[in-house]
Amino acid sequence: MTASNTLLKSIQIQVNGTHQHRLVEPRTSLVDFIRDELGLTGTHVGCEHGVCGACTVLLNDEPVRSCCMFAVQADEMRVTTVEGLAPERGVMTKIQDAFCEKHALQCGYCTPGMLIACHALVADNPHPTEEQVRDAISSNICRCTGYQQIVDAVMYATQAEGK
Amino acid sequence: MKAAPFDYVRAENLAHALDKLSESGGDAKLIAGGQSLVPMMAMRLARPALLIDINRLDELKDIEIQATHVKVGAGVRQRDLEFHPQVHSHLPLVGKSMQWVGHEQTRNRGSVGGSLVHADPSAELALAALVLEAGFTLESKSDGRRHLKADEFFLGPMFTAVSDTEALTQTDWPVWQGSYLGTSFEETAIRKGDFAMASAACQIQIHEDGRIRRISFGIGGVDGTPLVFPELAKSLEGQVLSPERALHVAHEAAQSSQPGSDMHATAAYRKHLAEVLLSRALQSAYAEACANTHSSNIT
Repeated sequence: MTASNTLLKSIQIQVNGTHQHRLVEPRTSLVDFIRDELGLTGTHVGCEHGVCGACTVLLNDEPVRSCCMFAVQADEMRVTTVEGLAPERGVMTKIQDAFCEKHALQCGYCTPGMLIACHALVADNPHPTEEQVRDAISSNICRCTGYQQIVDAVMYATQAEGK
Repeated sequence: MKAAPFDYVRAENLAHALDKLSESGGDAKLIAGGQSLVPMMAMRLARPALLIDINRLDELKDIEIQATHVKVGAGVRQRDLEFHPQVHSHLPLVGKSMQWVGHEQTRNRGSVGGSLVHADPSAELALAALVLEAGFTLESKSDGRRHLKADEFFLGPMFTAVSDTEALTQTDWPVWQGSYLGTSFEETAIRKGDFAMASAACQIQIHEDGRIRRISFGIGGVDGTPLVFPELAKSLEGQVLSPERALHVAHEAAQSSQPGSDMHATAAYRKHLAEVLLSRALQSAYAEACANTHSSNIT
């Protein structure tokens, strides 16, 4: 940490497997850090006060809202954004494929947050019920799909498993 | 929607945090999960000069289960309380309330103490603390430790007895002794996980013949703090809880609330909602207690 008389703080964060060492102003939110400092613009900024869920990322593998914490608080932690879900470039996860297949997005603004929320759910619960899917995405607002196609996509991805 | 500039220090231990709070003379805020404070800062409703981060202090993260009490460190994450198996067996009302506290994403970061000191009138944990008469331990560098009861802790909307240089360090939840217990937590919100338009909680203990031995209940989101009704509760002791009696008590309780109106609901609607939810909570807690007398007779 830098001396407390300077406003800039030194942080080390692992983002999508890459080690990042930066100086940040304490008031920089984690989502602004991810987008503006690291250039990872997959994570979206919606309401900036913890209502819409668009900025959801995985922090040490748990879904959190990256607008509701400061980057300095994520020091020494692991962050996964939507860019880090698939194992390599050009490949998509089963849930991402299912989002395409079932038309689970229209404008796409909520999609990164929805994908993170759905991946977090499936990591804990590989075969969720429809109700569990609805509960898991209740934290995220979508203004296009009416949610049904998103639920359909997760059910499709998790039930098709093993085919 | 960006926070005003501030300085940040990560506390090394509780004493360090209390030192920093005392030095700041009221311009500092403690931050744990930050799920209420960060949005407040983003909206610039809060502008602390210094944030003292206590999120990593293990000394505030103990959940200590005893036969008569459960002690919960102020820094315990809501998620860890939610999934603690003995919390569900010792404090079933707290267990039931947790699913209504924000969303999974916010419970992953939010702390128990943070929710309580934020003191939103619709907060589920605040309602549960009042119904169960939880105790609060506050600490400061200058005045040391003091203990308050829930009804001394919550003073108004977003307003508690915690002073500028004090920290909530622990909460202490009494475990009701004996059998034939029932609990219920009811809530209505625009979207599950959002602020309650109204909520109701009840814990009840009955005699084997169905008469009420002990009962405590309250409503949230319809006044400056959650409300509890010790006198109404006392009047139910020794009685059997018929649906009519539950409705009557719920009506009396809700009438004494003073909800506000907003774009989602009028004050009159909220009052009505509180009555309906409380009546449901009383009846479902009672039904659960009755079911417990039956199951224990079978086994």
